[in-house]
Amino acid sequence: MAKTSEKRLEVLKTYKIYIGGQFPRTESGRYYVATNSKNENLANVCLGSRKDFRDAVVAARNAFGGWSARAAFNRGQILYRIAEMLEGRKAQFIDELMKQDSTKALAESEVNLCIDRLIYYSGWCDKFQQLFSSVNPVASSHFNFSVPEPTGVVAAIAPQNDSLLGLVSVIAPIIAGGNTGIVLASATKPLCAVTFAEVLNSSDLPGGVVNILTGKVGELVPFFADHMDVNATVFCEADAATQKLIKEKASLNVKRVLLYDKVKWSTATGQSPYFIMDLQEIKTTWHPIENIGGAKAGY
Amino acid sequence: MIATKMIPDFSAPVHVDQVGIEERASRFTKRSIKNETKLNGLMLALNMIDLTTLEGKDTNGKVKQLCYKAQHLHDAYPGLPTVAAICVYPSMVKTAKAALGNSGIKVASVATAFPSGQAPRDVKIRDTKYAVQNGADEVDMVISRGKFLEGEYNFVFDEIAAIKEACGDARLKVILETGELVTYDKVRKASDIAMYAGADFIKTSTGKISPAATMPVTLVMLEAIRDFYYKTGKKIAMKPAGGISKSKLALHYLVMLNETLGEGWMNNEWFRFGASSLANDILMQLMKQKTGVYQSANYFSID
Repeated sequence: MAKTSEKRLEVLKTYKIYIGGQFPRTESGRYYVATNSKNENLANVCLGSRKDFRDAVVAARNAFGGWSARAAFNRGQILYRIAEMLEGRKAQFIDELMKQDSTKALAESEVNLCIDRLIYYSGWCDKFQQLFSSVNPVASSHFNFSVPEPTGVVAAIAPQNDSLLGLVSVIAPIIAGGNTGIVLASATKPLCAVTFAEVLNSSDLPGGVVNILTGKVGELVPFFADHMDVNATVFCEADAATQKLIKEKASLNVKRVLLYDKVKWSTATGQSPYFIMDLQEIKTTWHPIENIGGAKAGY
Repeated sequence: MIATKMIPDFSAPVHVDQVGIEERASRFTKRSIKNETKLNGLMLALNMIDLTTLEGKDTNGKVKQLCYKAQHLHDAYPGLPTVAAICVYPSMVKTAKAALGNSGIKVASVATAFPSGQAPRDVKIRDTKYAVQNGADEVDMVISRGKFLEGEYNFVFDEIAAIKEACGDARLKVILETGELVTYDKVRKASDIAMYAGADFIKTSTGKISPAATMPVTLVMLEAIRDFYYKTGKKIAMKPAGGISKSKLALHYLVMLNETLGEGWMNNEWFRFGASSLANDILMQLMKQKTGVYQSANYFSID
């Protein structure tokens, strides 16, 4: 046995994109070679096209109704489940991070931080609503209250300089708040994103809630910004020209534009319920009542 | 009317090459249609739609809304064609006729105890006459699939002929309900019976049974129309219905139509799509072509 195993060719993973709970290849049939700083070829990765993005938006829109209607508590359970699955596959992520120029110690702490961050947002799923909603005093006989509701489909371009932490930090607040999303992975370090899609796929997360694409930012960013069925665009680079482009194109259907170029994802400021609130709409309801402030039990 | 001596013996078996038909039909989906060709194709498909509502919960209001939509598909895009017709139940024909006015959009009515067809012939004839008297330009009848599967081909033939007579000037579409006929051989035989008995259109499905229209089954029917045309010189129109909700698929159907029957059939007098959600998908594609931006259903009318 030992002798044959020396001759054995390793079975390499095909790094594919993740759309609607499936792992298709890009419809364009294109790929690029992901390398590290030693110029070693790590994998052939899908070079996603605008049509892959279009398909992902359709999947995300179809998944939105079901995901946003889930009990917030259940969303928390599923985020916790993602963290559990990530914990179980830690070694694989550390291995991939090290292939992509990280050291063992840094890789370990990055994966641990990702798991902790998922647990953090898992806890917030059914709690941020209480903090950010309000009962408003009004000068008429109405019970007036405001609550956050998910904005819809979010198109995010994950931080490009790290492989896993930025991706997780962007995805978690999107889904914790009941949105669905399409995330473009780091172009230079795409390995963990595809493996993270496998984690999502085995975590009770309904297909289409998170869709992960690989490809070039410059090619895809206009479509992330101007697709009429996308409600918010997240961008994390300090690239003024691209920021301007996103803002201009996003104005077409007045989508939210979130620019996170100053966020340090590896610190405590890289996680906050305000990241969830960035992707929420405030809905105010005027509910007529009989007798406000009276002695009788009006409501 | 086809001379009696030309009518073939329907009890003789017909054979359709199943593998060949499916392979041929899949070839049509591999054509590359881009830019102006795509734009023209989409416009043509839009103009071929029978915008349909056939539900138990249909109301006069719903039908009026659909008729409005037929005339104003998407006013943000000037110069769009209208759909070909509105397809409703007989009880809604009057409402639809009034709502469409002189827009040129036709009113098609299903009749003959749609969708099952399980009613006596005199009831079916009255159903048909009621629709025509209320102003239907076209009648969509269903064949008696039970009788057909029992081998009572003469019964089916006579029934279609009787309904054709009851239609008067209205064009008759004969629904075969191919999902219940199961084999291509039976689809081909039913197509032949319908055409010889006087159908103006042959139509795949009611939309109530799955599978509804598929490309291979439509190809079998198109080939039946072609052979009938060669034998008798008479053109018959085709209407696939049910399950065609994406513009890309509609373009595949147009390719199939063009390569099977040719340009003479490439208009809404000779080809229709029975669909409800196809129109919005085509409109979204057209707006994408015009603006360069992927569209959202939020900005289009509800169908």
